[in-house]
Amino acid sequence: MSTDQTGHDGANTPQGAGNPGETGPEFLQLVTPAGERISHPEFDFWVRDVTDDQLCSLFEDMTVIRRIDVEATALQRQGELALWPPLLGQEAAQIGSGRSLRADDFVFSSYRENGVAYCRGVDLTDLLRVWRGNASGGWDPYSINMATPQIIIGAQTLHATGYAMGIQNDGADAVAVTYFGDGATSEGDVNEAMVFAASFQAPVVFFCTNNHWAISEPVRLQSHIQLADRASGFGIPSLRVDGNDVLAVMAATRLALDRARRGGGPTFIEAVSYRMGPHTTADDPTRYRDANELEDWAAKDPISRLAGLLERKGLLTAELQQQVKDKADTVASQMRRGCTTMPEPQAMDIFKHVYSTPNSWLERQQDHYARYLASFGDPAGAVSEEGAR
Amino acid sequence: MIKEFRLPDLGEGLTESEILSWKVDVGDTVSLNQVIAEVETAKAVVELPSPFAGVIKELHEQPGSVVEVGKPIVSFEVADDAGASPSTPSGAMAAGDLAAGAREPVVELPKREPNLVGYGAVVERSGRPARRPRNFAPVGERVETRPVESQATAVEPVESKPAGTIPAERPRSTPPVRKLAKDLGVDLVQVRGTGPGGLITREDVQEFAGQAEQLAPPMEGQAPAGGTGAVERETRTPIKGVRKLTAAAMVHSAFTAPHATEFLTVDVTPSLDLLARLKNSREFAGIKLTPLTLAAKAVLVALHRNPALNSRWDEENQEIVTFNYVNLGIAAATPRGLTVPNIKDAETLALRQLAQALTALAETARAGKTTPADLAGGTISITNIGVFGIDAGTPILNPGEAAILGLGAVRTMPWEYRGEVALRQVLTLSLSFDHRLVDGEQGSRFLADVGAILAEPGMVLTMV
Repeated sequence: MSTDQTGHDGANTPQGAGNPGETGPEFLQLVTPAGERISHPEFDFWVRDVTDDQLCSLFEDMTVIRRIDVEATALQRQGELALWPPLLGQEAAQIGSGRSLRADDFVFSSYRENGVAYCRGVDLTDLLRVWRGNASGGWDPYSINMATPQIIIGAQTLHATGYAMGIQNDGADAVAVTYFGDGATSEGDVNEAMVFAASFQAPVVFFCTNNHWAISEPVRLQSHIQLADRASGFGIPSLRVDGNDVLAVMAATRLALDRARRGGGPTFIEAVSYRMGPHTTADDPTRYRDANELEDWAAKDPISRLAGLLERKGLLTAELQQQVKDKADTVASQMRRGCTTMPEPQAMDIFKHVYSTPNSWLERQQDHYARYLASFGDPAGAVSEEGAR
Repeated sequence: MIKEFRLPDLGEGLTESEILSWKVDVGDTVSLNQVIAEVETAKAVVELPSPFAGVIKELHEQPGSVVEVGKPIVSFEVADDAGASPSTPSGAMAAGDLAAGAREPVVELPKREPNLVGYGAVVERSGRPARRPRNFAPVGERVETRPVESQATAVEPVESKPAGTIPAERPRSTPPVRKLAKDLGVDLVQVRGTGPGGLITREDVQEFAGQAEQLAPPMEGQAPAGGTGAVERETRTPIKGVRKLTAAAMVHSAFTAPHATEFLTVDVTPSLDLLARLKNSREFAGIKLTPLTLAAKAVLVALHRNPALNSRWDEENQEIVTFNYVNLGIAAATPRGLTVPNIKDAETLALRQLAQALTALAETARAGKTTPADLAGGTISITNIGVFGIDAGTPILNPGEAAILGLGAVRTMPWEYRGEVALRQVLTLSLSFDHRLVDGEQGSRFLADVGAILAEPGMVLTMV
């Protein structure tokens, strides 16, 4: 892997003619796949305060979200979830960015950022509500300053830009961060969002996880230039980072957040990673993807890379590993319990989240529907049957 | 206590899956999330992790069986205090159902319809069809493919269809059933679907496959009686006519004459320039001139210097016959198949007459009016594979001849020209010869002569 034995300047030099959209030149890296910390004149500054303890907790978070992902995949296979979009391989991109945020920042994510949600402190049961088909939204977005996952590809970038313009009007220094994938950069929504973000110099960070596959479409089919270079067409500064290097992701995110807080406007970050699993549990990537590609990326695994760094620093003790494993097991079993004991939604719940304030028109409909259900004679039976739909 | 694991919907709206293999046996102790089975859905092969920690009491399904979503597949003996994972998917099953050992859900769930993501919600059925029915090819009405020589012999009873028949739509079925049909070699077009809207079900395919087995071998040229929906899966065309002759000739040639083939790629720009000039001259007005015309002339000139290429091996008399005339064969693709009519005494023809003869020969062949006399007595042949856009190949000798020249397509290519790279008109010559009659040296000289003429038509002056 030529990109692995990178020079000590932290930026890869181009090796021959790289494929567009593939791992290529100008790729910020602070930790090599072998776990070696390499210095970078500009970006070391942004992670200078990361202590050994913090490194260990990054390791813990990444391990825990991988475990959450494995457990949720198993729950889907066991019929407890309808669907699950695995994040395997993208742990560094999610934890490195998610851990850089402030509590008053606001996240607008796609459906795959369950690791970011974990960083925001989401309740584990809430995380699974939508995937169990139990609710149309898992949590109150204002409780953790993270919108519920957007299923429509790229639509959340518009929400983030609008929210960021609101921050400007408030005169606050919070930042809206939006997560999306490589495929979303081809969507109209994302392009419109970038136009507005640039025009209004809105405090928004466009965090693009380039996991190389838009379901079965490889990124090179969509873009003949690096995704990060698309942003410059909108006048938005961009960074291309090794998305499997948690420190590099953290450095890039912190830089972008700092710029936004100081009124410097939007930043586009392309975190180059790889979707090691299927698009969702209903997908079979072996039908369109070369197994060799998977093997190449397995060698760049974000968690074993950080473990390598911890080992070099003498921090990867048996105690730490046990502690991390215990934490992951606890979280997994807690999540499983929350999932399998989740109460079925009730028929009348459908009226709950239509309006934020009472509404006489809706109340009338609610009343009609309640009487309709009562006409079945056995209200409980009617409710549970409707609820199961 | 006993807990059952019911087959879940593993991929957004699937109704069934096939158990490929069990990774555990009855009596095995398994842990939570331990892989217990491998299951194939229409979308993917997936591993099933155990939803319980416990002992396997029963495996309800055999490997290879296709199971409906919601059917129990495994029973576990689970410790009573392991209540942390009360698996009641879909909420339709109360705990009491399990205690009685009931295998079937007590509550009758509405029949699940396949509804993949992106296909929209299942529409409630009203009385009327939501859209017009699809066009199927009804049983026994497939358009027959006729053998090539059918024009004269419309004697056998063959039901012919008007040409304007609406093409049949792809038969409706589901991916697992399509795969089954493919595995069994069943063409779904021939299967009548009994499912909703004519959907072809697994049973339909299996039934059809069973019938097809009994009917084998199919009788030639007619559909099996009884209207079972079967149409021949192969079309059997008697080997006769041109195809039979061609086959015999090719086998005879390929296995009696040891072939050797040589290739030469030539810059023919000067030849094309010459053709362009000739076309504008009064003598050639209205005459069709092509690279083939010049190649034919070049062959005739080169044969004069290399007579070994214009000869025949007479096995019976143990003699080599060298012809002092050239009957130049031109391979022609005709509606009846491959024929190689020849131009008699071609060496006597001037370029203009040669061009006319070539045009006449091609037109006669295309019209199917080539006479046996036209086909007999050839001494050497040219096959113009370039008209198909092909560059080179290994031509097989017309039996009784010593050589055949393949003429490739003229291509505009970067080529060395006067010490520089220029865009030139280039083609490849492929020469096969009978190595009994022609040595490599003779063959090479001949091919080099043809090439030299096409590369610079003026070279003819040095050869005649």
